[in-house]
Amino acid sequence: MSAPADFQHDVANGGTLRFTGDLSLRSIGDLPERLAAAPGPVATLDVSGAQRIDTVGAWVVHRYARDHGATVTGLGENTRHLFDQVAQADHPIEAKRPEPGTFARLLGEVGEAVIQAFRTLYGLLGFMGGTVVAFGRILGNPRAFRFNATVHRFEVVGVQSLGIIGLMSFLIGIVIAQQGAVQLRQFGAEVFTINLVGRITLRELGVLMTAIMVAGRSGSAFAAQIGTMKLTEEIDAMRTIGVSPMEALVLPRVLAAVLMMPLLAFYASLVAIIGGGLLCWISLDIPPITFIQRIREVVPMTDLYVSLVKAPVFGAIIAIAGCFQGMQVEADAEQVGTRTTTAVVQAIFLVIVLDAFFAVFFTEVGWN
Amino acid sequence: MATAPRSARPGSPRLSPILDGDAVIRVRALRNSFGEQVIHDGLDLDVRRGEIIGVVGGSGTGKSVLMRSIIGLQVPDEGSIEVFGEPVLECDPVEAIDIRRRWGVLFQGGALFSTLTVAENVQVPLREFYPHLGQPLLDEIAAYKVVMTGLSPDAGPKYPAELSGGMKKRAGLARSLALDPELLFLDEPTAGLDPIGAAAFDELTLSLQRTLGLTVFLITHDLDSLYAICDRVAVLADKRVIAVGTIDELLELDHPWIQEYFNGPRGRAAVTSAATAAEKAQGV
Repeated sequence: MSAPADFQHDVANGGTLRFTGDLSLRSIGDLPERLAAAPGPVATLDVSGAQRIDTVGAWVVHRYARDHGATVTGLGENTRHLFDQVAQADHPIEAKRPEPGTFARLLGEVGEAVIQAFRTLYGLLGFMGGTVVAFGRILGNPRAFRFNATVHRFEVVGVQSLGIIGLMSFLIGIVIAQQGAVQLRQFGAEVFTINLVGRITLRELGVLMTAIMVAGRSGSAFAAQIGTMKLTEEIDAMRTIGVSPMEALVLPRVLAAVLMMPLLAFYASLVAIIGGGLLCWISLDIPPITFIQRIREVVPMTDLYVSLVKAPVFGAIIAIAGCFQGMQVEADAEQVGTRTTTAVVQAIFLVIVLDAFFAVFFTEVGWN
Repeated sequence: MATAPRSARPGSPRLSPILDGDAVIRVRALRNSFGEQVIHDGLDLDVRRGEIIGVVGGSGTGKSVLMRSIIGLQVPDEGSIEVFGEPVLECDPVEAIDIRRRWGVLFQGGALFSTLTVAENVQVPLREFYPHLGQPLLDEIAAYKVVMTGLSPDAGPKYPAELSGGMKKRAGLARSLALDPELLFLDEPTAGLDPIGAAAFDELTLSLQRTLGLTVFLITHDLDSLYAICDRVAVLADKRVIAVGTIDELLELDHPWIQEYFNGPRGRAAVTSAATAAEKAQGV
């Protein structure tokens, strides 16, 4: 619909380039390249033949005139204004900051990662301390306790995750029983499948899988919620009104996770045992009544205590990691995403490390 | 299709939102609603080529929704919208892209891509629509656009998070001007700017409009902007555009909202400042 931009070279009067066609972004095509290859010398650039000029066309002509010391002629009132504007705006800028060399960058990144790791550890410890202090303040002044917020978190963290945690545990119970049965059958010891299912789910997997699920469901939500509130300056607004975000946001979430985790872990273990029992009934012909009797004989009460001790600790870790990362969000929306990821990774990592410590500890104290 | 305004305001046929001649944007019988809440009902509006049209209205009258409908981010319940003579609601994706590259949009917060630097933000539409342009030319185009919108050259390699609110607006404007559009949508460009910055932004809009022959669709609450740069003002109220005209023409209407808006203390202050500015301009 518009003629492509073009030019003719006229050697008279020290050289003139006469532009024709549409000097605009849409039809400029390869004009810049052809212009660069144009034969010199050129003293004048005549744009009177051009139909429409936009800033890109003006820029290309202006650049050529600047680089070759030529003058632009044939300007109307509007185009002169346009050329003035473009000429005024002629300052080279960097599109990106220059990057250091590969080795320097590698070194820098390693250094930054190390510093970041220690900073995070330091910040996380400080945040834990802050949570404890906030809890202490609440104990001293129970009226400041956000009862409704906490109960709401109970529902979100606990009740609403019953379905998914139940389903997951049920399947895990079946998988353990099935795999156990296959292996133990080789020794004619299928009946020990019950020991396996009962002890491993109650002592380890029930609480561990629940912790992972809660970290994925609630830890990430805490980080994203608090991070978004940080971005929209809600947290700053709270502080100026005199509401402590630690008391209003962090404490209800931490308390909810600490109180819900043992219940969820116990529930998860039970559902896993039911799943395992169902598989034993179907594939090993062990009737449920025998299964339950056997569970009572082989699973010591201390297994339940182990999981009930671990669960609240894991809950606290997950909630604190989530809230801490949320509070670290600054500046832009991308950070909400990265901080949420970090919160989940950190929570699951810490939970598994702590679980290893707990395993050694409980064996040492004789709860095996 | 085109329904006349249902209750013509006294003495206002010439302030009708419908024009006879050529219009860049033609909105007819637009209806937008969110659930029960009806935002627009039977809204008509024409925007002339080459004018700066200011769109005003109280909070919640759907100024931004109108803009979003025109640029295709909000699908209206009913009505027709033509931009550059093409029906934007019915055209196929290829045509839609062709229309899109002829307009630029500045969102309220700038809406810069946070993972890209300012210069890269400006280059995004260029890369998208004109992939054959070489990197050196892209960098130069980004450079003069950034400087043209009044940012200092060292803003180029900065990320949006490092910019102040006013700088973000300017960077957003630079991006919306990247494709040398014929039509520019500005959503409250001067909101949140200091008066000096706002005046500079107005001047910038006006000078760009003059130089580039732009049509500008300007949503604003800023009375100074309305007086300083708008050729016509469209008033949104009662779910439609009740009148379009110059401020003087609008003042002749006895609609209570218009009177209150332009004759309130702020409106009068804007008149005085506009008059002073005009005198100064004549003196020079």
